[in-house]
Amino acid sequence: MVHLILFLGFGAVCVAGAVNLLVQRHPINSALSLVVVMGSLAAEYLLLGAEFVAAVQVIVYAGAVMVLFVFVIMLLNAGEEEHTKGSRVAMIFGIPGMLVGSLLIAWVLLEHSGTAAVAVGALPGPPKTLGWLLFHDYLLPFEVTSVLVLIAIMGAVVLAAPPESARRRD
Amino acid sequence: MVPVSYYLILSGILFACGVTGFLIKRNIITIFMSIELMLNGVNLSFVAFAAQWKALSGQVFVFFVMVVAAAEAAVGLAIIIAVYRTRETLNVDQVNLLKL
Amino acid sequence: MTSNLHLWLIPVLPLIGTAINGLLGKRFSRQMVSTIALLFSAAPFAMALWIASQFASLSAPHIETLATWIRAGDFQADFAFYLDPLSLVMLLVVTGVGFLIHIYSVGYMWEEGGFYRFFAYLNLFMFFMLTLVLASNYLLMFIGWEGVGLASYLLIGFWFTKDSAAAAGKKAFIVNRIGDFGFLIALFLMIQHFGSLNFVEVAHAAMSTGPSGGEELLTAIGLLLLVGAAGKSAQLPLYVWLPDAMEGPTPVSALIHAATMVTAGVYMVSRSHVIFEHAPAALMVVAIVGTLTALFAATIGVCQTDIKKVLAYSTVSQLGYMFIACGVGAFSAGIFHLMTHAFFKGLLFLAAGSVIHAVGGEQDMRRMGGLRTKIPWTFWTMTAGTFAIAGFPPLAGFFSKDAILWKAFSSPYGSWAYWAIGVFTAFLTSFYMFRLWFMTFFGEYRGEEHAQDDHGHGHGGVHESPKVMLVPLVILALLSVCGGWIGSQRFDKFLAPVFHHSDVYTNASIVVAEGQHPAFPEPETQKESGAETLLTGLSVGAALLGFLLAWQLYQRRPALPQEIAASLGSFYQAVLNKYYVDEIYATVFIKPLIEGSTKLLWHGVDSDVIDATLDGSADEAREVSDAVRHMQSGNIRSYAGWVAAGAAVVIFYMVWMGTR
Repeated sequence: MVHLILFLGFGAVCVAGAVNLLVQRHPINSALSLVVVMGSLAAEYLLLGAEFVAAVQVIVYAGAVMVLFVFVIMLLNAGEEEHTKGSRVAMIFGIPGMLVGSLLIAWVLLEHSGTAAVAVGALPGPPKTLGWLLFHDYLLPFEVTSVLVLIAIMGAVVLAAPPESARRRD
Repeated sequence: MVPVSYYLILSGILFACGVTGFLIKRNIITIFMSIELMLNGVNLSFVAFAAQWKALSGQVFVFFVMVVAAAEAAVGLAIIIAVYRTRETLNVDQVNLLKL
Repeated sequence: MTSNLHLWLIPVLPLIGTAINGLLGKRFSRQMVSTIALLFSAAPFAMALWIASQFASLSAPHIETLATWIRAGDFQADFAFYLDPLSLVMLLVVTGVGFLIHIYSVGYMWEEGGFYRFFAYLNLFMFFMLTLVLASNYLLMFIGWEGVGLASYLLIGFWFTKDSAAAAGKKAFIVNRIGDFGFLIALFLMIQHFGSLNFVEVAHAAMSTGPSGGEELLTAIGLLLLVGAAGKSAQLPLYVWLPDAMEGPTPVSALIHAATMVTAGVYMVSRSHVIFEHAPAALMVVAIVGTLTALFAATIGVCQTDIKKVLAYSTVSQLGYMFIACGVGAFSAGIFHLMTHAFFKGLLFLAAGSVIHAVGGEQDMRRMGGLRTKIPWTFWTMTAGTFAIAGFPPLAGFFSKDAILWKAFSSPYGSWAYWAIGVFTAFLTSFYMFRLWFMTFFGEYRGEEHAQDDHGHGHGGVHESPKVMLVPLVILALLSVCGGWIGSQRFDKFLAPVFHHSDVYTNASIVVAEGQHPAFPEPETQKESGAETLLTGLSVGAALLGFLLAWQLYQRRPALPQEIAASLGSFYQAVLNKYYVDEIYATVFIKPLIEGSTKLLWHGVDSDVIDATLDGSADEAREVSDAVRHMQSGNIRSYAGWVAAGAAVVIFYMVWMGTR
C-alpha cells in the first residue's frame, strides 16, 4: 500500500515535470523541470531496489549532465522561443502517432502483463554485485564505452573550441 | 505491491512526452533535453524488467545507457555551440541551408 | 586413283591478289598493281589448263575436301571442291575469259583513278566466282553466289561519286538479294528433307524422292532455285538490274554481266538437273521464263540508243536462250551456249569499250558512225562477234543457238512454241546487232569534231586503242569464230557423264519406270535428220532476214526508222521506255515499301513504341523522384517528424508481431 502511494506520488511528480518541460517557453525552465524528473526517477529506482542506479542517476545525470545543459543555456544566452513556422509533418504525423502508439502500448501492457507485482526493493542491486557483472560478463562493452567517453571528450573539445581567428590575436 | 505494468506505463508516458517535445519544440537545446527525457524513460523500463525477471543485467544496461547519454550530451552540446557561433541562432527552423 | 590437284588453290590465288592489291596497292605504281593482278589471274588459268590436260585420268567426279566447316548433328558441310566435266568447262571459261579481260582492263583503266581498287575488286570477283564453280555443296556455292553479287555491287558502283552509278550498284545488289531469298529457302528445304547440301547426296535423295511421290517437294525446290537463278541471271521479272549495271566500267560489264556472273544461274540450274528432271512442272516454268525473257529483252534492245544498253538487253535475251535449253532438258546445249556466249558477248563488250574509248567517252550510237576506217582492228573483231551472235555459220553462235533451237523443238519437254518464239527472237537479235553494227561503223561520222575524252589527253579525233586492249579482242574474236567447231554433239558427249549417265549418283543409269516421265534427250549419236536440217535452215534464214532489214533501215535509207517509229506511235514509246517496267516496280513495290517502312516501322514502332518506352521510363523515374524529393526539405523538424513516424510504425509492427 505504501509502496503504491509512494510510486504514484513520485510518478505524478515525474509526469508533471515532463509536461512542464513541454509547456515552458524558456529553455532554462525546461532544464530545471528535467532535473525534477530525474530526481523523481531516482526515487522510483530506489523503490525497485536499484540503489546503485539511483545514486548514479542523481550524481551523473542530474548532477553532471543537467548542469552541463544549464551552463550551455546560460553561455549561449538562449532566450525565449520565438514563434516560427514549424513543420507540418511533425504536427500531423508525429504527435498523434506517438499518442496513439503510447496508448496502444499501454493497453497491450495492461492486457498481457498479468498481475505480477514487484515488491519493494525486489531486486537489490548492491554495487558489489553490479561490479562483478560489469567486470566479468560485460567487460567488453565496459571497455568500449570507456573508449567512447574518451572520444567524446576529444570531440567536444575540438567542436567547441573557438575558431582560429579568435586565437590568432595574441 | 505495484505491478510491473505500472512502471512500464510510466516509462511509456515519459517516452511519449520526450517524443512530443522532440517534435514540437523550436529551441535546439530543448529538443536535446527531450531526447534525454526519452532515455530516462527507457532506463526506467529496463530497471523494471530487471526487477521482474530478477536479472541484474538490466541494471548494468542502464549503467551503459547513462554513460552513452552523457557522452552524447557532451558532444551534442559542443555541436550546438559550434552551430550557434556560425548561425547566431538557436532556432532549429533557421538552420535550413539544405532547403531547396 | 585420286591425285590431289590442290583445287583449293584455284580460288585462293586471286584472293591473294586481292589482298595484296587491296591492302598495299595504294602505294604501288600502276605497273606493279597490274602485274600482281595479271599474275594472280593467270595462275588459276594455268592451273585450269593443267587440270584439263590431266582430266582423262581423273575419277569422275573428283572431289577434294579441304576442311570440315559445319557439323551439326547429322548435317555436315565441308570446304570441298568438285571437279567434273561441267565444272571443268565453267572453270576454263571463267579463268580464260577472266584473264583476257584482266589484260584488257589494264589498258582501259590506265587513266582512271582508283586503279588498284579496281583490280582488287576484279580479283575478288574471280575468287568468288571460282568458289561458286568449284564448290561441291550448295552452301559453299552460296558463298560464291553472294560474293559475286558483292563484287558486282562494288564494281558497278566503282565510280561511286556518280549518283547513277551508286544507285545502279544498289539496285543490282537488292534485286539479287530477292533472288537469293528464293535460293535460301530452297536450301532450307533441302536441309530439312534431304539432310544434306552436298551435290552428290542431294542428287541421290532427289532420285529416290521423286518417283515415290515427293514431286511437290521437288517442284517447290526447283521453283525456288529458279527464283535465285532468275535474280542472278537477270530473267523476268528480276532482270531490271542488268541494264542499269552498265554504269560500271566496260570491262566489268564484259566480265561480270556477260561472260561469268550472270551465267551462274544457268550453272546452278544445270547442277541441280536431277531435281528438275524429277519435277517437270518446274522445268516447264524454267522454259517459259527463258522464252519470255528472250523475246521481251530482244524487243527492248531494238530501240535502245546506248551501245552498252543494247548489249545488256542482248545479254538478258541470250540468257533466256540458255534457260530455254535447261527448261527442255538439254542442259549441255545450254552450257554450250554459255561458253560461246562468253566468247562473243565478252568480245562485243570489250570491242564496245574500245569504240567508246576511241570516240572519247561517247556511248550514244546516234553520234557515232563511219568508224570502220578509223578503228579497223576494233571493227573487224566486233564484226566477228556480231556475226557470231546473230548465228551465222560457221561461227560459234550458230552451233550453240542452233542446238538449243533444235532441242527446243524436238525434246520431249519442248514444243514448237518455244522454237517459234526462239526463231523470232533470233531474227530480232540479228536485227538489233546489225543495227548496232551499221550505226556505229558505217555512214557518216555524226559525233563532235574534237572529241574531248575522259582521259584528258586531248587527241584530235578518233584513234585506235592500245595493243594491250586489242590483243584480248583478237583472241576472243578467234574463239568466237572457232569456238563452236567442237560441235554440239561432241560437247554433249563430253558432258554426258554429268547429265546422262548417272553412274556418278547410282551405279545404274536412269531407268524409266511405268507411267513416269519420258526419257531425257540422249546424246545425239546419229547424223542430223532431215527435220533438223530444215529447222537449221530456217533459223539461219531468220538471221539473214535480220541482217537485210538492218541494212535496209540503217544503211540504205536512214530516214526510214524515224518514220516507222512515228507511225507506231505509243507502242514505240512503250518499247523505247522499256515497257515502263522500272516505273511499275517503283510504284507497286518500292513506294509502298518505303511508305510502310517510314510510317509504320520508323514512326510507329521505333519512335512511338521503343523510344517512347525508354523516354517514358526516364520520365517516370524523374516524376517519382520529384515526388520523393519533398522528404528532403532541409527543415530539421520535418526530419524529426519523419523519424518519429517511422519509429511509430516499427514499434507498432513489433508489438503486433509480439502479440500474435
